[in-house]
Amino acid sequence: MAVLTISSLLLVVAMAVGLYLKSVPILQEHSLWDLLTEGEWRPMSNRFGFFPFLMGTLYVSLLALGIAIPISLLMAIYLTEYAHTAVKRYVFPLLDILAGLPSVIYGVWGMLVIVPWVANIVAPSLHRESSGYTVLATGIVLGVTVIPLLVSLFIEIFSNVGREYREAAWSLGATRWQTTKDVILRKTAPGVIAAIVLAASRTLGETIAVIMVCGNLAIVPGSLLDACYPIPALIANNYGEMLSLPLYESALMFAAFILFFVVLVFNLFSRLVLRKMKNK
Amino acid sequence: MKRAIVIEKIWKVLMYASIALVLFFVVSVIWSVFKRGLPVLSWEMVSSLPGGGFYIGKEGGFLNAIVGSLYIVGGATFLGLLVSIPVVFYLNVYLKPHSKFGSIARLAYDVLFGIPSIVYGAFGFTIMIFFGLRTSLLGGIIVVTLLIIPILIRSMDEVAKTIPQDLLEAGYSLGSTRLETISVVVRQIAPAIATATLLSIGRAIGDAAGVMFTAGFSDSIPTSLTQQTASLPLSVFFQLSAPQLEVQDRAYAAAVVLTAIVLVLSLSGRFIMSRFSRNKI
Repeated sequence: MAVLTISSLLLVVAMAVGLYLKSVPILQEHSLWDLLTEGEWRPMSNRFGFFPFLMGTLYVSLLALGIAIPISLLMAIYLTEYAHTAVKRYVFPLLDILAGLPSVIYGVWGMLVIVPWVANIVAPSLHRESSGYTVLATGIVLGVTVIPLLVSLFIEIFSNVGREYREAAWSLGATRWQTTKDVILRKTAPGVIAAIVLAASRTLGETIAVIMVCGNLAIVPGSLLDACYPIPALIANNYGEMLSLPLYESALMFAAFILFFVVLVFNLFSRLVLRKMKNK
Repeated sequence: MKRAIVIEKIWKVLMYASIALVLFFVVSVIWSVFKRGLPVLSWEMVSSLPGGGFYIGKEGGFLNAIVGSLYIVGGATFLGLLVSIPVVFYLNVYLKPHSKFGSIARLAYDVLFGIPSIVYGAFGFTIMIFFGLRTSLLGGIIVVTLLIIPILIRSMDEVAKTIPQDLLEAGYSLGSTRLETISVVVRQIAPAIATATLLSIGRAIGDAAGVMFTAGFSDSIPTSLTQQTASLPLSVFFQLSAPQLEVQDRAYAAAVVLTAIVLVLSLSGRFIMSRFSRNKI
């Protein structure tokens, strides 16, 4: 049993080492700085610039968080500070469903609902032409996928605050919202930030839903109505042809390594903060 | 004072709006998939293999994807439980409640849980190349197993942590060894094992990025572990990128099947949790 435990833990190390070793060839050929800041992606002529993909990932993740954070925060506050148990009984299954839906279904939804909405309603109202496969559509789809995670983390954090804090605030005449804003949120701020970082790491790695709505154009998006090409989409779209060129394979594994590394750091940080909050 | 009450009302309205929005998202996702997919779903699609010219819109179905997904999920869930139940037992019975190793292990599983499936896929792919394996059912099962082990362990562990130490000690005082208390522990966490299993089946059946690298795709049902296999999410994904309407129709139909399976899983998970957690001490 100890062996099983330890070997399953070594998976983290194995992943780090395995992906790193695979990305060594590309790092020998190009400097890390060049890889991250160059904008040209032409594997066949030995040009590997990850900048557009990094920017694509950054934009869609920020947009997704911008959409998901207010909604999840308000919902979690309502469920912990206001709602009766009867309400929770109906809302929690909804969150379960949202959390359980596969990525590809979100992608289908994005193609059926969000992309046409962006192309036919949002873009014309801004006097722009757009296929709908944009940063905006990707951000919305990604945002919805992380709402259940954020809500459940927020609820856990808020429920950890002792009832006496709330009662103290109420007895001083504070309204529920004042209590929430000045007592609960202030007290749980580190946990809230940790939850957001965790959700951010989730948006970075989402693959199939993103490929289906992002447009897959290797450009640095200039607006919400431009297409983009986040890193997971790059890896998944090209794994088939990457074997044709050793350096190409190495480049994609390097992309996977970056993803792994960032997600690892984000997760370590937020899990440690969340754990500290829980034990207090 | 009046101002505070007005502000309170405004925020409360915003909270209702946020819940309405989430409700809208849930309904919109499910409704859009069913509305597009249900009319084109037919018995032929779920019961037959892709025929000749399937990808240009000729006859056939996606039975290969359904069975492929069942194979992957079945194999991965079985292997996953085989690994994770002993680990949970080890973490909670053999280690002291505040063991340093246990704490690090839990952190590591939390982190592994957060690693995206595309990274698992890429990692699995490099390992398979290293060992000279080709994309196959076996590769898919292994990667999905790795993917669900952290979920299984952490969700069972959350419940196993609450088993009172006294219960184990009562067992020891009757002369049982640590290993023999496993029957007590398993009985205590049985509902958690069930929900963790359902949770990981849901994650396993919906995973596309991991199996894309490792299981490949195929038009027939695999007859051995070394053959490539199709899976439902990839069947949706690949067929949607086809230009023919008939092929896209089948993608939407497959999406309906996948959504229905996942809905049943998540609702029964909640049902088990509320129904059977009463028997716990």
